[in-house]
Amino acid sequence: MNRASLLEKMPVAITAVVLITMTVAAGLHFPNFLTLRVLTNLLADNAFLGVVAVGLTFVILTGGIDLSVGSMVGLSSIAVAKLMAGGHMHPLLAMAVPIVGGAVLGASQGFLIAKYKLPPFLVTLAGLFLCRGIALKISLESLQIDHPFFNVLTGWSFALPGKAALTAPAVSLIVVVAFGIWLARQTAYGRAVYAIGGNQPSARLMGLPVDRTLIVTYGISGLCAALGGVLFAVYTSSGNAISGTGLELDAIAAVVIGGTLLSGGYGSVVGTLLGIGILGVVQTAITFQGTLSSWWTKIVIGILLLVFMLIQRTIESVARRAQNA
Amino acid sequence: MPNWTAAAAMLVAVLFFNLLFTPSFFHVAIRDGRLFGSLIDILNRAVPVGLLSLGMTLVIATGGVDLSVGAVMAISGTVAAGLIARPPETPFAGGKSVPALAIPAALLAAMGCGLFNGILVAILDFQPIIATLLLMVAGRGVAQLLANGQIVTFSEPSFAAIARGATAMLPNPVWLLAITFVLFSLATRATALGLFVEATGSNPSAANLVGINARAVKIAVYTLCALCGGLAGIVITGDIQAADANNSGLYMELDAILAVSVGGTALAGGRFSLVGSIVGALLMQALTTTILTRGVSPEITLVLKAAVVVTVCLLQAPAFRDSISRYLPKKVPA
Repeated sequence: MNRASLLEKMPVAITAVVLITMTVAAGLHFPNFLTLRVLTNLLADNAFLGVVAVGLTFVILTGGIDLSVGSMVGLSSIAVAKLMAGGHMHPLLAMAVPIVGGAVLGASQGFLIAKYKLPPFLVTLAGLFLCRGIALKISLESLQIDHPFFNVLTGWSFALPGKAALTAPAVSLIVVVAFGIWLARQTAYGRAVYAIGGNQPSARLMGLPVDRTLIVTYGISGLCAALGGVLFAVYTSSGNAISGTGLELDAIAAVVIGGTLLSGGYGSVVGTLLGIGILGVVQTAITFQGTLSSWWTKIVIGILLLVFMLIQRTIESVARRAQNA
Repeated sequence: MPNWTAAAAMLVAVLFFNLLFTPSFFHVAIRDGRLFGSLIDILNRAVPVGLLSLGMTLVIATGGVDLSVGAVMAISGTVAAGLIARPPETPFAGGKSVPALAIPAALLAAMGCGLFNGILVAILDFQPIIATLLLMVAGRGVAQLLANGQIVTFSEPSFAAIARGATAMLPNPVWLLAITFVLFSLATRATALGLFVEATGSNPSAANLVGINARAVKIAVYTLCALCGGLAGIVITGDIQAADANNSGLYMELDAILAVSVGGTALAGGRFSLVGSIVGALLMQALTTTILTRGVSPEITLVLKAAVVVTVCLLQAPAFRDSISRYLPKKVPA
């Protein structure tokens, strides 16, 4: 295998194997684990995280990072609630405003990063503070959402056999993942993202629109994060300014576990979905177990992250040797 | 002109703003043999972030970053509180209360965390953001595990004195920060250590070629940074006489990074200013205190911090300076 395909396929393959092993192991341990219902619940419970992680995948593919996604979720969820409760806006409009706002805010971060060469990490850190501050300014308390149309959306689900059902957030996650795969694989934009992550100066010399691509990428990340916040509002029928605290870390973990190299250039949206799957299975298994406390989730995710980073490191050195041979 | 001029100017501006609107702002009184006043309050409250920013400065100077210091604060605070309070159903249960051991044990635990970070970054060659993200996520879990999910409270005057007492008119934490600052300055500027750190940050391979053990330097700075985190954790735990694994030091790593970056330390590594970081930490705290004394809702602090960091970074960015240079007064060649 040559370097490129090794770096591209191996991490995803390992993630898939780990996910299947963990699911089967959990299924053997807990009788009701391997049911369609648990799977659809897993999708519904992690829909907002999944959508955020898909957007973040593109940023990490360019070799950047977006720390603002977690507080963007909080801002957009509280904005939806406030616009509907205080502004008496129609739910569709109330959901569209934060999503557009998220895209604009993300793109402005991208502008600072692309045009003025500010470190992505610092710009999005400022974004994290900005979004959380605005969100808390909108409302310190959690706001209930009660609107006939919105309740239909919250209650809607696509029935599947075995008492399983796909909720609106779960369907959105599937749509976003499909769209993400198309964007990364089939479009000129997607190729530019991979090229920038591989080698930014080369991409520039090739005549690729580096600045524009970066701005669009951070815009997509902001849009996905805001959409994640909207889904969170649908999922919980309320808006809360502190929702999504620390979510950026879970999202980064999902992307890394999904085999996307943090240095950029290699990775996939499918991998991120698998990464979300692994985080979800860990969480569900800990809930099933019952006696383990919630902090074990953090510790297990930390250990998983470490293991996957070690695996990535090994693959990279093997790939380097394969190339030199 | 030092790189922290912008931050210092902003600090002066914030203080001046207060002078205009809150005449009593600069009023310092002596009560019970110690100084009281808004200025002393800013100094005192800036200590945890100030401590973190000292360690963070060295880490950033090597081209790295340490996101885990907040979690390290939680761990060190929990270890200290655990050894004093001996709460049931935790690893600390059953033994005798040993306040004397609390501080060394907490600092050792913190340094262990730093060593872990250092090994990941220096030996395994992980990107610093991700290597320390690991402990940032898992570390808080470990702290909660150590406290069994409880908030460990205790009552131990000798330990609380670290955060609440005063020596020679000034609060003890201010002395702690001052001593740490002097030690760090001596270690980096009176010895070659600072030069090693800067060499490692500008070019690790070149540093290796001139005989600097870049790996050892990195491990050392991550351990020192975690040690600062441990100290900050002790100050916070002593102040409230409780260790809250969930909230102790939450987001404080971000404040520290902001303080360091507005203080003129290059985030790409290679040069650093400890004074600048302290100025940065004071600026952050002065902003917060100003907002509180003006009666503005505290959430706005976050928005202001974001504005400050973007402004200072833009002013430092060459690309931005170039783009506005035509509006700036031209330097006439001599």
